[in-house]
Amino acid sequence: MHTGAEAPTDPMIPRLFAVRARRDETEDTFTFDLEPRDLGPRDLELLGGARSMAFAPGQFNMLYLFGLGEVPISISGDPAEAGRLVHTVRSVGSVTRGFSGLQPGQTVGVRGPFGTAWPTREAEGRDILILAGGLGLAPLRPAILRILAERRRYRRVYLFYGTRNPQMLLFRDDLERWRNTPDLAFEITVDHADITWHGRVGVITKLIAAADFDPDRSTAFLCGPEIMMHFSAEALKARGMHGADIHVSLERNMKCAIGHCGHCQLGPAFVCRDGPVFPHDRVAGLLAVPGL
Amino acid sequence: MRTLESVMIEHRFFHGLEDELTRAIAGCGKQVRFETGQYLYRQGDPADTFYIIRRGSVGLEMRGPQGNMMFNTEHPGGVLNAAWIVPPYRCSTDARALETTVAVALNGKCLRDKCEADHHLGYELMKRFVPVLVDRLTHARFQTLDVYGAGMA
Repeated sequence: MHTGAEAPTDPMIPRLFAVRARRDETEDTFTFDLEPRDLGPRDLELLGGARSMAFAPGQFNMLYLFGLGEVPISISGDPAEAGRLVHTVRSVGSVTRGFSGLQPGQTVGVRGPFGTAWPTREAEGRDILILAGGLGLAPLRPAILRILAERRRYRRVYLFYGTRNPQMLLFRDDLERWRNTPDLAFEITVDHADITWHGRVGVITKLIAAADFDPDRSTAFLCGPEIMMHFSAEALKARGMHGADIHVSLERNMKCAIGHCGHCQLGPAFVCRDGPVFPHDRVAGLLAVPGL
Repeated sequence: MRTLESVMIEHRFFHGLEDELTRAIAGCGKQVRFETGQYLYRQGDPADTFYIIRRGSVGLEMRGPQGNMMFNTEHPGGVLNAAWIVPPYRCSTDARALETTVAVALNGKCLRDKCEADHHLGYELMKRFVPVLVDRLTHARFQTLDVYGAGMA
């Protein structure tokens, strides 16, 4: 299993961060940057002296909005960029709706980072296929940035991004940059569009059929709705890839983030502790069980 | 100048087809080119031609309450207008070139007549068209699920 950066000494105590910047991605999705609040020596002692914001691509933090509650949110920033934490959130519940009103200077509690990481190191020397669906681009973004920063360590790199319509596209500055990145086969496809859209329309699995990669020397990273990951994994296997080389990031009801409370249990695994990134062959059978 | 047959055998749709059958199909075909914005066909038109895309891209559109919506695009390797094999042979969508597009156009009436006369040819063509139709149906179901709509935080 791939583990990332270590969590603070007491993983149940949140550290205080301030919102440094906030930007809208879409009508209901936004990204905000966090930086540590200035802390006194007594505070640092209480928090185990932990001021590091190091994380591994794919890991998540528990973000605490005081008075409302705590939610698990993947880290969407650049792992090479020290000094700030970046998260991207969609407003779907009472806590995330609360986050949508955050303004620079406000305080957020942070526990983490937690969970397993995308195996970017283990994938060196191989073809890379990254398939992101909808908001699933956010947990993949740190891996994409690392792979592109270290592009020579990999063979062919494919990045396929599917979303509902052009209005739902995230990280538009990144998308423009990735379109113009040499040695990156980057495609966006949407489920439907009006006639002003000049890009692809159709399901993301269509892109897999046309990609030229060596199935025995490829690693795939998938993140998006489970049904999208299921169909994508099946399409990759139809091309000859092995389930152990296909990695998926799962989302469950994570509460404690350290494998104690059991809310995120998926069969024998706790998604918060053993995931969220899993080899597909480890979870494919579990995901096929209705209601699990 | 390349023959239509030599163009066709490079296309994945025709991979593995016997030479004699390729020649028979090519006898119903011609190479065509569409400029950006030009319609290959419109909804309701007679489905007398299907297309194998060689270069470019084509958007498939349907008229909806808020104007034309694009629900699929086809790219090199793609096949357009399966309505040529299904009575009453009418196009069910609009197809518009999104950029300069080069394709092989095959006359549906000509091919239907040849398939009636030679069921082996008909079976080979059906073996190639049925997966296209099944993929389209699967993809349409996938799109109907609206999987990206909401849920992930």
